[in-house]
Amino acid sequence: MSAVVAEAAVGRTVEPHERRPARLAELFLLVLALAAGIGAFAMVGRATTGDLPEGFWVASGMLAGVALVGHVVLRIRAPWADQVILPAVVLLNGLGLATILRLQLSGARNMVGADAASNAVYSLLGALVAFALLWFLGDHRRLRRFTYTAMIVGLALVSLPLIPGLGQEINGARIWVSVAGMSMQPAEFAKIAFAVFFAGYLVSNRDTLALAGKKVLGLQLPRVRDLGPILIVWAASLGVLVFERDLGTSLLFFGLFVAMLYLATERSSWVLIGLLLFGVGAFAAANLFPHVNARMEVWLHPFDAELYDRVGGSFQIVQGLFALGAGGLFGTGWGEGYPQRVPYAFSDFIYTSIGEELGLTGLLALLLVYLLIVQRGLRTSLAVRDGFGKLLAGGLAFVMALQVFVVVGGITRIIPLTGLTLPFMAQGGSSLLANWIVVALLLRISDSARRPSALPVRGQVAPGGATHEPIVVGSAGTTPDGRPTGTPASGTPLPRRTPVNGGPTEIIAPQPETPKGEHS
Amino acid sequence: MSELTFTLLRLGYLVLLWVFVLSAVAVLRRDLAARVADRTERRRRDDAGTPARKAAAGASPAAPPPPARGGSSPTRLVVTAGPLTGTTLPLGASSILIGRSPACTLVLDDDYSSSRHARIFPQGDDWYVEDLGSTNGTFLGDHQVQGPTPLPPGVGVQIGRSVVELQG
Repeated sequence: MSAVVAEAAVGRTVEPHERRPARLAELFLLVLALAAGIGAFAMVGRATTGDLPEGFWVASGMLAGVALVGHVVLRIRAPWADQVILPAVVLLNGLGLATILRLQLSGARNMVGADAASNAVYSLLGALVAFALLWFLGDHRRLRRFTYTAMIVGLALVSLPLIPGLGQEINGARIWVSVAGMSMQPAEFAKIAFAVFFAGYLVSNRDTLALAGKKVLGLQLPRVRDLGPILIVWAASLGVLVFERDLGTSLLFFGLFVAMLYLATERSSWVLIGLLLFGVGAFAAANLFPHVNARMEVWLHPFDAELYDRVGGSFQIVQGLFALGAGGLFGTGWGEGYPQRVPYAFSDFIYTSIGEELGLTGLLALLLVYLLIVQRGLRTSLAVRDGFGKLLAGGLAFVMALQVFVVVGGITRIIPLTGLTLPFMAQGGSSLLANWIVVALLLRISDSARRPSALPVRGQVAPGGATHEPIVVGSAGTTPDGRPTGTPASGTPLPRRTPVNGGPTEIIAPQPETPKGEHS
Repeated sequence: MSELTFTLLRLGYLVLLWVFVLSAVAVLRRDLAARVADRTERRRRDDAGTPARKAAAGASPAAPPPPARGGSSPTRLVVTAGPLTGTTLPLGASSILIGRSPACTLVLDDDYSSSRHARIFPQGDDWYVEDLGSTNGTFLGDHQVQGPTPLPPGVGVQIGRSVVELQG
């Protein structure tokens, strides 16, 4: 019996009459992405040392290996997956490595933290984890089983840095965990765990959230008891993040929650409530916490001389703006600018390094590559047929878009600066690993979204529905021209309850039902 | 390296980045076109493969073909247009409730249909369609269904944006 079931399952997943895509578009884009990444390595080396940089062949081989292995894994395990995501990620990763290498080779005193080799190892590790996930996770819906586990894991990850002895405070933010010499930022992984939890929770409860509750001023407000788990997670994560003083991550989680609630319920009241809560929170934080207040001042008056000279003042952001200005439209070219003058140009401010050496033209291309990834994620969310996959893909794509916006907006002074990393580019093992996992999930969901399916697609026969007897509600007689009647058509007066002598109501009974088949 | 080569390399690199972006956009566009072509092809295949549709096409388009009696009774209900195109339901001896409500036999994912929109039911050898007081009405060809109406195989019933028909 089980063998038969297994066979049926296999028969359903393998569609003999639909040709597997050859994924040639992906191959072509991968070649372009590799050319851009390896070209960047070579140009960086030529500009700084006059020759190919040390470890050029190793780094190039690694990048090409990642691309090739990813392509093969996708061909075998997810042949219908999106063809643009992997090349885009390889390109971003290559550009990030080249920039970090360039800053490391500059030899500047404040760039000793730049370590292209270790970042390359983390990229490789992230890619391998992602491909393993693609290989072993055959169906993203299996993650739905871990809805509440994901919630607990997410909360645990977020609160890890608060544990004394384990957590580490760097530059005023207590977001690091250090174990045996290895440090990581658990919040990056908590992002994925929360996306899984929210997708699983909302897909089961979206109807109560969307429909039960009072209507106030045309807005459908949810009931408080339906909000319980969400509010707990939201308050806990935000509370912990306030104590850890990591503005960026708390903003990211908050945005993720609001966006996924909106995706699940289609109620604009959520967006309004979210923005209101955010406004109140931002106002309170700016007044209560000195570090938030300092960020706001730096944002509003960066060119103030006193603020510029202060420790933790606007020096970094102003240097970043100068770097972007020096880049101009077409940039100085790889290795020709001075991006090392910006503090943390290899991690938080990698955007200004790219802006200085590739110019606005390069930056726009970069932002478009991010946009492509996000668009493919949202497209996947629209196309995939199960609710969990929809919410998960939409949430992950949104969180990546928000992260890019918060980083780039902070650097270009659209919003106050927060300490987030540009996905795939900035130096940092946790960020690379987490974002590669996000990409693996998006690819897995997009495979199931684009896989041709046996019809029916979204229509379903209610269990036992086709075998029920017809429900005859109204009078079952004949119309004047001899047609049988069943349920009254529109306009037909329905039998009504009428009070009889003020006593209990009774139904004016319809005529007895005529047996079926009498009029044939 | 001369200044000129350097400038060419520098601008060439930006061109390479944009070639990547534009190729990726082209892939997305081709993807879109392929999907539309695929859908129209599938519809054409469906049309060609159904004898009932052929018969319907052969008859004058204005007048629905006479109800098939005896021998050729329909065996399935097929959705021929709308979000659920291609969905089929086997016909039994019981009626089929169509609408958006999950309790319906055929649950339409169609914003223009009512929750209990229409019913298709057998009476003797024939099938009948009736509207259940829907907001947007049920149509057989151009005229709105008022009360139970005989439904011959191969004639489309418009429910919201969906069209269903009986096939042999």
